[in-house]
Amino acid sequence: MSKIPEHLLYTEEHEYVNKADADDSVEIGITDYAQGELGDVVYVDLPAAGTKFAQMEPFGTIEAVKAVSELYCPVAGEVVEVNAALEADPSLINKDPYGAGWMIRLRVKNPAELERLLGPNDYATHIGQ
Amino acid sequence: MKRPRNPTPPFPLQPEPTGLIFERSRAGRAGTAVPRPLVARPATDVLPAAALRAEPPRLPEVPESEVMRHYVELSLKNHHVDRALYPLGSCTMKYNPKVNEDMARLPGFGLLHPMSPDGEIQGALRLMHTLGKWLTEIAGMDAITLEPAAGAQGEMTGIFLIHAYHVSRGEERRKVVIIPDSAHGTNPATAALAGLTVRSLKSDARGQMDLAALMAALGPDTAAVMLTNPNTLGRFETDVVEIARLVHEAGALLYMDGANMNALIGVARPGDFGVDVMHYNLHKTFSTPHGGGGPGSGPVAVKRPLEPFLPVPIIVREGERYRRVWDRPKSIGKMHGFLGNFGMHVRAYTYISMLGREGLRATAEAAVLNANYLAARIEARYPLPYGRGMHECVASGTPFKQSGVRTSDIAKRLLDYGFHAPTIYFPLIVPEALMIEPTETATKDELDRFADALLEIAEEAEQNPELVTAAPHTTPVRRLDEAAAARNPNLRYAFDD
Repeated sequence: MSKIPEHLLYTEEHEYVNKADADDSVEIGITDYAQGELGDVVYVDLPAAGTKFAQMEPFGTIEAVKAVSELYCPVAGEVVEVNAALEADPSLINKDPYGAGWMIRLRVKNPAELERLLGPNDYATHIGQ
Repeated sequence: MKRPRNPTPPFPLQPEPTGLIFERSRAGRAGTAVPRPLVARPATDVLPAAALRAEPPRLPEVPESEVMRHYVELSLKNHHVDRALYPLGSCTMKYNPKVNEDMARLPGFGLLHPMSPDGEIQGALRLMHTLGKWLTEIAGMDAITLEPAAGAQGEMTGIFLIHAYHVSRGEERRKVVIIPDSAHGTNPATAALAGLTVRSLKSDARGQMDLAALMAALGPDTAAVMLTNPNTLGRFETDVVEIARLVHEAGALLYMDGANMNALIGVARPGDFGVDVMHYNLHKTFSTPHGGGGPGSGPVAVKRPLEPFLPVPIIVREGERYRRVWDRPKSIGKMHGFLGNFGMHVRAYTYISMLGREGLRATAEAAVLNANYLAARIEARYPLPYGRGMHECVASGTPFKQSGVRTSDIAKRLLDYGFHAPTIYFPLIVPEALMIEPTETATKDELDRFADALLEIAEEAEQNPELVTAAPHTTPVRRLDEAAAARNPNLRYAFDD
């Protein structure tokens, strides 16, 4: 069973959004299910801070032994921080997808978009769990 | 413990790995004597300092006999279409008839210098001109270039042609290329590399292009739609005529990735179902060597309005004479040195000559029959989420996930049975995908052996999963740490000193 933390929001493309902090920025990464399906991650290509994305626009690519996949930005916004540790050690995404394996921190443009993301129960249904 | 070397010829394969050629090197040994230069001037007199090495390169010092033995030993460990089935989906790894090689080695072809004047290479120009005509006719198109080096470069050429066409009509704003998620994986890369923007379309429940999604995506910014037909699920895009109509109505062009032409050759012509530009892979459909044995060749066929933009030179026939024409002001320029990979043109010409019209059609029919036979034999254990298709089938390894066996394990276990693994984990829309393309050159016996192997592995996956997850067991090198290799590639030989 993949971990689906209660306090996160999800996309059908298997990204999660963590809005734990009080400010208007969120942390984005891929779910435990996604890392399990991908297998060992060998490289992740992330955008520079300051880059802006529309909702569900690809913000980067992730390369695993199996396949290369695009990463979709769950909500529109501007990248304020990138997890530089992933460059040296992309396996953090496999080991701790919701913690040390986070990818980007995004300043959300339109908070209403957050409400349209999947909750943990919907995401569990989506992956057949 | 290192096994002693087998004194008899290495059949079956020696199980231990072969070292690198550097390990056979001994100081002072050589295979050839380099002649003295006619003008004895040290390199320091001729070349600028920046071009000179501080110390000589450390090349392996090996006599010819050792070089030959080293590479023959490697070749005996290699899997190739001359050994057994190589069912790599989307790659059409068919047997390469040896008459192709004989023809390519005729001195009048094999020893030509590409800078020879037209008058001295009339036979070669005629062959390319004729091959171009044949390929144009098979595609149902109007003109062709044989220049691109392989499929991906053919795509690039095609997208450049489409861009040049739009620019010539004052429509430079058309910068979006629409690509379904069942397209060939190189398509999005091509569009991005050509400086255009990719818009990805999800396939519908049939595994085909979703017409409603296409209509929503088409617009005044659309340059082209790139379609692989049959697509990577091996399914024919049955709406292709309607797709072409919608694309043209929006002012865009329809590109077809011809990687899967082996399913259509002699049966359906892309030009007739509305395609404007397409590439072939001579190393797939037309039996020229594929993979390490290449090089490839990716001719691009177009409809008349795109002809002025084709790469230079083109070959023109004037009576009984042929010449290369460079004066083409609208051309996108050159895509490859000289006229492309000419040796592959000779092989493809030979292949078409040997088969003829009926033979080519029979090829496609047998390729489709073989894939469907194989699908029917395995589908009880390996479900086909999108059903059977044309020349390849995409099965899923999901039933074995519960016993901890993944498709990558099944693929590695197949090596123990003496087969090359199929393409795996592609297309992405099928979970745990096994994409199998046996081609027409597999006999029924071989298809049965392959199906039996897959069914036996299915048994093993349930009864004895560790056997499968630890595979391969019989290859010269065993299970490799692919993640470590990709994360920390070690590509240099480490000298002792």
